[in-house]
Amino acid sequence: MRSSGKDQQKTYNIWKKLHIDLPLLLGILSLMVLGLFIVFSAGGQNMDIVYRQAIRLGVAIVVMLAIAQIPPLSYRKWAVPVFVIGLLMLVAVLLFGHVGKGAQRWLDLGFMKFQPSEIMKLIVPIMIASFISQYNLPVKISTIMWAVILVLIPTLLIANQPDLGTSILIASSGIFVLFLAGASWRLIGVFVGLGTAFAPLLWMFLMKDYQRQRVMTFLNPEQDPLGSGYHIIQSKIAIGSGGIDGKGWLQGTQSQLEFLPEPHTDFIFAVFSEEFGLIGVGFLLAVYLFIIMRGLWIAVNAQHAFTKLLAGSITLTFFVYVFVNIGMVSGLLPVVGVPLPLVSYGGTSMVTLLAGFGMLMAISTHRRFHT
Amino acid sequence: MSPPRVIIRNHSAEANLFARRTFIAFVGVLLLLLILFSNLYSLQVDSFEKYQTRSNSNRIKLLPVAPNRGLIYDRNGIILADNKPVYSLAVIPEEVENLEANIKAISKLLDISADRQEMFFKAAKGKRRFKQIELQPRLSEQQVALFSVNQQKFPGVFVDARLKRHYPFGKLTTHNLGYVARINQKDANKLKQQGKFENYAATHGIGKLGIEKYYEELLHGTIGHQEVEINNQGRIIRTLNYTSPVQGQDLTLTLDIELQMIAKRALSGKRGAVVAMNPRTGGILAMYSNPSYDGNLFVHGISSKEYKKLLSSKGLPLINRSVQGYPPASTVKPFLALTGLEEQVITANTKIWDPGWYQLEGLPNKYRDWKKWGHGWVNLTKAIEQSCNIYFFDLAFKLGITKISTMMERFGFGDYTGIDIHEESRAIMPSVAWKRDRYNKPWYTGETLSVGIGQSYWTVTPLQLTQAVTTLVNHGERKVPHFLKATKNIAINKRDASQSTLEEVIYEEQAPLVLKQAKHWDIVLEAMHNTVQKFGATAYAPFKGSKYDAAGKTGSAQVARIKQNEEYDAKSTQENQRDNAMFIAFAPFKNPEVVVAVAIENVAKGGGATNAGPVARQIMDQYFGNRVITSSMDNSSNQLNAKTQQHMHQSHFQESD
Repeated sequence: MRSSGKDQQKTYNIWKKLHIDLPLLLGILSLMVLGLFIVFSAGGQNMDIVYRQAIRLGVAIVVMLAIAQIPPLSYRKWAVPVFVIGLLMLVAVLLFGHVGKGAQRWLDLGFMKFQPSEIMKLIVPIMIASFISQYNLPVKISTIMWAVILVLIPTLLIANQPDLGTSILIASSGIFVLFLAGASWRLIGVFVGLGTAFAPLLWMFLMKDYQRQRVMTFLNPEQDPLGSGYHIIQSKIAIGSGGIDGKGWLQGTQSQLEFLPEPHTDFIFAVFSEEFGLIGVGFLLAVYLFIIMRGLWIAVNAQHAFTKLLAGSITLTFFVYVFVNIGMVSGLLPVVGVPLPLVSYGGTSMVTLLAGFGMLMAISTHRRFHT
Repeated sequence: MSPPRVIIRNHSAEANLFARRTFIAFVGVLLLLLILFSNLYSLQVDSFEKYQTRSNSNRIKLLPVAPNRGLIYDRNGIILADNKPVYSLAVIPEEVENLEANIKAISKLLDISADRQEMFFKAAKGKRRFKQIELQPRLSEQQVALFSVNQQKFPGVFVDARLKRHYPFGKLTTHNLGYVARINQKDANKLKQQGKFENYAATHGIGKLGIEKYYEELLHGTIGHQEVEINNQGRIIRTLNYTSPVQGQDLTLTLDIELQMIAKRALSGKRGAVVAMNPRTGGILAMYSNPSYDGNLFVHGISSKEYKKLLSSKGLPLINRSVQGYPPASTVKPFLALTGLEEQVITANTKIWDPGWYQLEGLPNKYRDWKKWGHGWVNLTKAIEQSCNIYFFDLAFKLGITKISTMMERFGFGDYTGIDIHEESRAIMPSVAWKRDRYNKPWYTGETLSVGIGQSYWTVTPLQLTQAVTTLVNHGERKVPHFLKATKNIAINKRDASQSTLEEVIYEEQAPLVLKQAKHWDIVLEAMHNTVQKFGATAYAPFKGSKYDAAGKTGSAQVARIKQNEEYDAKSTQENQRDNAMFIAFAPFKNPEVVVAVAIENVAKGGGATNAGPVARQIMDQYFGNRVITSSMDNSSNQLNAKTQQHMHQSHFQESD
């Protein structure tokens, strides 16, 4: 008995030395494997797509494990310069991106295409957490004001691209840091009030026609059932007709007969719900909840304000992915292009997502050696 | 944002605060998950029967139908970009019994390669069985005929016709039209970002270069939909409704394909470019860059072998030389002379002595004239006629680089002309600031002298030259070069009569270039007239005996650096180090109708007059034909319009790009 206990201690230490958080890894892997099966079904039962996705997942996991090796407190050194570079790249996209005269190559690094907005998904929470953790908690109003400006600049630049999905994710990652850092409830109330007041302005001046169209469609999909409301209606039919136990893997008529839009990317949840029913949905949500709980546990147990805030923000932003995607596919939210994390096919966002998990693992495993 | 002065932190209080907030967030997460779950519960349990019924009766499907791409015509209605049906052999695996044997049999009949068959079987594994899969693309006419005869033996196999872009003139128009090719991931992402992706759901190709790219939005059209009923296998039973796509707009260009042919012939065997433009409108009449390549290759997907061949070809056919920078050499001397007059550093009568060389005080370098023994006494007119370098060294020295570059920028050098293709280069108009930015070095006076004869860092595109000459002959009225002359909308009426309306494109007027003294224009233009018309002037030979009254300027640009006291000899110089020949011309001298710019790379012997001049001559001979040239306005363009104006009405058009 004693020796086996020691062995357990030993294996635990090996994971620790490799900077791998085992519960988190298991949660992530199970979603990925599940994802491969659904991608196969949704992508026209094409093995090529599955291979490509598997390779992409492999790369993303390597990135995650590599990032997990870096002591998390050292991020702070790089926060400001990388944030500034990221902003400059966003401005470059704004200025030259759609002029199109040779300038787009600027962001094409040859071996990979480079989306500055993806990097910002990681840099914004690091920057805000690093900025706020210089001061005592709870955060003061003046600090919050600066932080809000720091979040707003990249958010507006990206919303202008226009990429509503990513800008929502970036804004929330910053807001979560402020919330976790103890922003006063009164202030939160004021911001919510301002946001509500701002919404009509957003509608009138900032949103593009097609974005307004999406919101209209969301509010009343049956109004134009063969036009723009078509997607959301088909998606709801897919989910609803799945019932409690689903139609079975590869048996979903909505997806197999191609009634669903983008079945293997943004609408993959509809395919899953149709084929695996409410039982499958319950299981999927449980795995997501497990990952989120583990992330929050890492945050609470982190030993420095910076790492706490960062871990909390990464975890909650991950939840926003889940909520926005499932919400939009099931008709609770308007359609914004956010994939179902770890399950949807492709996307540059997969690497960013796993890089975030790499940071969580670093925060969880570097605790004893903090600098 | 200064860091806190004293760091005294109450860690346990902070940890408690954080834990509290995390807990609240977690409760929030749980609540939202509960909302998601209960919504899904209501969909999947409460409304299960409703949605199950809808799913079972879900037999109506929207299939996208691609619009036909607009056609492109030259100014006389000759078709330059057409849509041609291309036939391919397609198979629906589900409808074929004993797939493998049947595919083998039909492959034997139509002589389909083993590679193609393998590709088919691979694709058939992946896709849903009721979807059609291509077995052989681009069937020959014999194959189509052979299959038609035997069709009844092969249920589930059929000939699929699809329209593909075709450029009947091939190489002749590629640099202008560009081409259409398959939509790749990058195009798809861009379309998604612009919110246009759904309009391309059934479209296979997109404009990648040239006019096809620039006017993609006009050419593409609007998607249509076919509402069909399918069975539970996904097979189409019948069509319920059909919204026809709106075909793209046809474009009529200012280009004259016959003139373009002459341009090609004149440049054959040479590397270079020629641009001919109507100075009254800015409409491009001909623009050809040699060597060229066939855009049709890209329409069907170019093989990597063919593409590599194009890439590594010595003549660099992929480059559109009409919009690439060349050292302008002496062709810019008229513009420099104008700058001298405007800045009052010279007058029309200022004379200098040309001994054959020019030297800056206190410096050892000698800047040489092309004529070894010099031109003697030279005034402005003679300096342009004889292309005297010494005069322009002196003028450039008097002006200084800043006055030169400021004026040249007003003529459009160093900037986009605004032509309606995306490939153009800005080329380089050097200035003090430019050199500091680019090389982080100060400007040297010696470089100003080189700029005075259109050398040094200065590069211009043949198109920029055309635009600048246009400004010159228009006495400052500027024109934006363009290809698009008119667009045609086809609206289909309920009574089946399709009505087409041709809309002439109206281009915005440009702010004119205003000189302090308007007579300066004529001094310079007269000098260019003499350059061509006066016996013994540098451009006399190429236009000798022409029926129209031309004016122009030659240029020979050094490509190799020639050392002090060394002489250039074409024979002993490597081919790619030999001089470039340049030429600009316009005619008739009074009320010009056409402006031409020519650039030819690395000529074996001679310069602008002997190599580029004859190219300009051939273009103009073709343009004027046997026409008797009067000075009346607009006779040529109205003739052309009269032909096509019967069915059209003119109206305004706002450019959308």
